[in-house]
Amino acid sequence: MNAPLPKRKLKVATTSLAGCFGCHMSFLDIDERILDLVELVEFDRSPITDIKHCSPDCDLGIIEGGVCNAENVHVLHEFRKNCKILIAMGACAINGGLPAQRNSLDIRDILAAVYAQPGRGVHIPNDPEIPLLLNEVHPLHEVVKIDYFLPGCPPSGDAIWKFLTDLLAGRTPTLGHGLIHYD
Amino acid sequence: MSDPKTFFLDEEEIPFEEGQTIIQAALTAGKYIPHLCYHPEFKPHGSCKLCTVRIDSRTVTTEDGQSVKIPGRAAASCTTPAQAGQHVESEVPEILDLRRTLVQMLLVEGNHYCPSCEKSGKCLLQGLAYDLGVMDPHFPQYFSKREVDASHPDILLDLNRCILCELCVRASAEVDKKNVFAISGRGNTKHLICNSESGELGDTNLAATDKAANVCPVGVILHKRHGFEVPYGQRRFDKAPISDNPVQYAPVKEQV
Repeated sequence: MNAPLPKRKLKVATTSLAGCFGCHMSFLDIDERILDLVELVEFDRSPITDIKHCSPDCDLGIIEGGVCNAENVHVLHEFRKNCKILIAMGACAINGGLPAQRNSLDIRDILAAVYAQPGRGVHIPNDPEIPLLLNEVHPLHEVVKIDYFLPGCPPSGDAIWKFLTDLLAGRTPTLGHGLIHYD
Repeated sequence: MSDPKTFFLDEEEIPFEEGQTIIQAALTAGKYIPHLCYHPEFKPHGSCKLCTVRIDSRTVTTEDGQSVKIPGRAAASCTTPAQAGQHVESEVPEILDLRRTLVQMLLVEGNHYCPSCEKSGKCLLQGLAYDLGVMDPHFPQYFSKREVDASHPDILLDLNRCILCELCVRASAEVDKKNVFAISGRGNTKHLICNSESGELGDTNLAATDKAANVCPVGVILHKRHGFEVPYGQRRFDKAPISDNPVQYAPVKEQV
């Protein structure tokens, strides 16, 4: 009998664009199951690692948050280029989420109301270091192709666990009653 | 005495009375067919199309011996009368795919930000989407930009969530006899309006106890000061999926 092939760990990259980090917190809500997970995967670029850019051979990219500024667009393109499978995690990544409620307002009015009112500063920050906001917040699938969607605000730890274990086992992820939530 | 009339819903025999539509007979028999604009107390409307079924598909054998399924006609089960011996398909992959697409279209058309909606957990559109396993919006967002109408002392209107089922229009005209609501505009500019000179809800004679103020299946017509009263986990569709209860409205009455 042949010895089993040494299993290559899948490379997982994660990021938060116009997100609140709630989906990442919910990811950590898988609690001690993260020890089972790191047997199967290694983390590449992610807020929980110190890696600055995606390796070119990432298997899975998990993204929370919609797209609200120019830097978000660059990061999203980097993920699409380097990850075989891209997952939109959470309501923001899927339909813009609550940040997209700004879409009914003019972006200049919003910035002026926050930064250019008496007692709140003199002008809208204009340093080129700061990424410009887009006119509207967009869900990820309006910018790049997304392979899977994991709804919830945030998805529960159990939903994330079910989703990832389905995916890692080669099944199409499904969330039944109780795990599928938009809120 | 003549035999009771029956038809077949997904191969199951369903009895019906003369004049009943397919959805009426199915719901009476305890079989759920998805629906949003259908309400047992009102005439069928036929706008949501979620109750679409296929009627009388047949399988024929071709000359070279292959079986080919010829799909029957697609029809809204809320407006199609039940007929004896009819074969109706509802819970089949093709119809479920169609319903999923319809729900996705409704979800991208409005601003359905469930995380901040007071109706979340007891919204029929959301419950239906959960039941159909809708994981993605598929289409680009429309980002509707309608103003919220908070002019009424007890009722709030968020028109960005309206699915144009016209239940409030029908309830106000037929039950309350007040004609508070109407649908105006054409195509994607179609929207709910209030029947007052100012166009504001506050200038109509709508009362919080009116049928029209309590019939909205989604989060458009909301009662002020009554948000988020049921704990997460105990809301209607937290406890049971929408398909567990064949008739979604009767006899549930919204708390005012």
